[in-house]
Amino acid sequence: MADDVIKTDAVIIGAGPVGLFAVFELGLLDIKAHVIDILDRPGGQCAELYPEKPIYDVPGLPVVTGQELTDKLLEQIKPFGAEYHFQEQVDTLERIDDGFRLTTDCGTQFECKVVVIAAGGGSFTPKRPPLPGIADYEGTSVFYSVRKMDAFKDRDVLIVGGGDSALDWTLSLQPVAKSLTLLHRRSEFRAAPASVQKMLELVDSGDVTFKLGQVTQLHGADGQLTGATVKGADGESFEQQTEIMLPFFGLTMKLGPVANWGLNLAENLVPVDTEKFETSEKGIFAIGDINTYPGKLKLILSGFHEAALMSQRVHKYIFPDKKLIFQYTTSSSKLQKKLGVK
Amino acid sequence: MASITFVQPDGTENVVDAEPGMTVMEAAVKNSVRGIAAECGGACACATCHVYVEEAWREATGQPEQMEEDMLDFAFDIQPSSRLSCQIKISEALDGLKVRIPEKQF
Repeated sequence: MADDVIKTDAVIIGAGPVGLFAVFELGLLDIKAHVIDILDRPGGQCAELYPEKPIYDVPGLPVVTGQELTDKLLEQIKPFGAEYHFQEQVDTLERIDDGFRLTTDCGTQFECKVVVIAAGGGSFTPKRPPLPGIADYEGTSVFYSVRKMDAFKDRDVLIVGGGDSALDWTLSLQPVAKSLTLLHRRSEFRAAPASVQKMLELVDSGDVTFKLGQVTQLHGADGQLTGATVKGADGESFEQQTEIMLPFFGLTMKLGPVANWGLNLAENLVPVDTEKFETSEKGIFAIGDINTYPGKLKLILSGFHEAALMSQRVHKYIFPDKKLIFQYTTSSSKLQKKLGVK
Repeated sequence: MASITFVQPDGTENVVDAEPGMTVMEAAVKNSVRGIAAECGGACACATCHVYVEEAWREATGQPEQMEEDMLDFAFDIQPSSRLSCQIKISEALDGLKVRIPEKQF
């Protein structure tokens, strides 16, 4: 495995606007970065929560949507050739002689000199319905994602929700499962019309059962689900037998493994200084919504500023013998060369 | 000013004064009312500012629009009186509004 370790100057955790802009600021100083994000695409909250909603307070852009801002940032940082690792979460961080070793939940290993935490509100994780005892069934009967479809072969499966994930997995698991029931609180779906159409056809042919309602209670023992109590649309409860439940209620943000890296924390935020945006651990920086300091504002523009100052300090770690002369992109031919405009 | 009452799951009430034009979610957050997470900051994108509007106020607060109804799919224990508080704009007409906060925003 040691041969597969990715060696780089900086690892940026989080591909939201601030993480992306950090690629730019580090890049201007010749610092190479890899970017890791749990989502399947760049943009962070901008892409996940408000891709189409307007943002009005990015300087120079009177109005820009989350997706447009992400696209523009990607264009802006392209010259620096950062490498992206999506759908991965950094699980462990350990100090090594010359910096840090990071390992993701997919087993990817990085060795780097500095770590930049730009994880925003934390990592996006599936919402867990607040049903009593649900934790006892997680991983055995209750799943929030499908890793291996085979695990659901010849089982009674209950899918809860009405979005794209619920619909997609209804269509994918129906041929595999013994029985498949889709449960949703209403008969409208916020999902691709083609998927809804296919699901309705499977309901017509009797291959999928669709029920209206909301789960209120789980039944089972020793991690094995046997059924759920469902409050139907008419307010009357009924029992739904099932061995497997897949709830799809969207994503929420959790601090996640960052909490285990030995950093000082303050109410799930990472305190930093306002000169270098370094955490309580030398070589680990935190920028954007995840950090806190007196007067902190959770604004994209603040995160951009933090990325610039952080990079100045990182330069000292990466090139301890090089004196850093501050330059402007407008006038420096060196910087313009890096940006590929000269 | 409009007076808004938030009823916690345990029955305690938080009464706050809100300026017309702000949303019920903003009134809650500004006054540190427990149980309104508002993770997305009011973009109608997270369903963590879910409230139940008291029967007497349901007509005055109106019905959810399509986007809000879609987002309510991601909230827990939806009832006919469920609303996302970031989508209820406060006006003088809502002076006295009472909403209940669910057991959990999830």
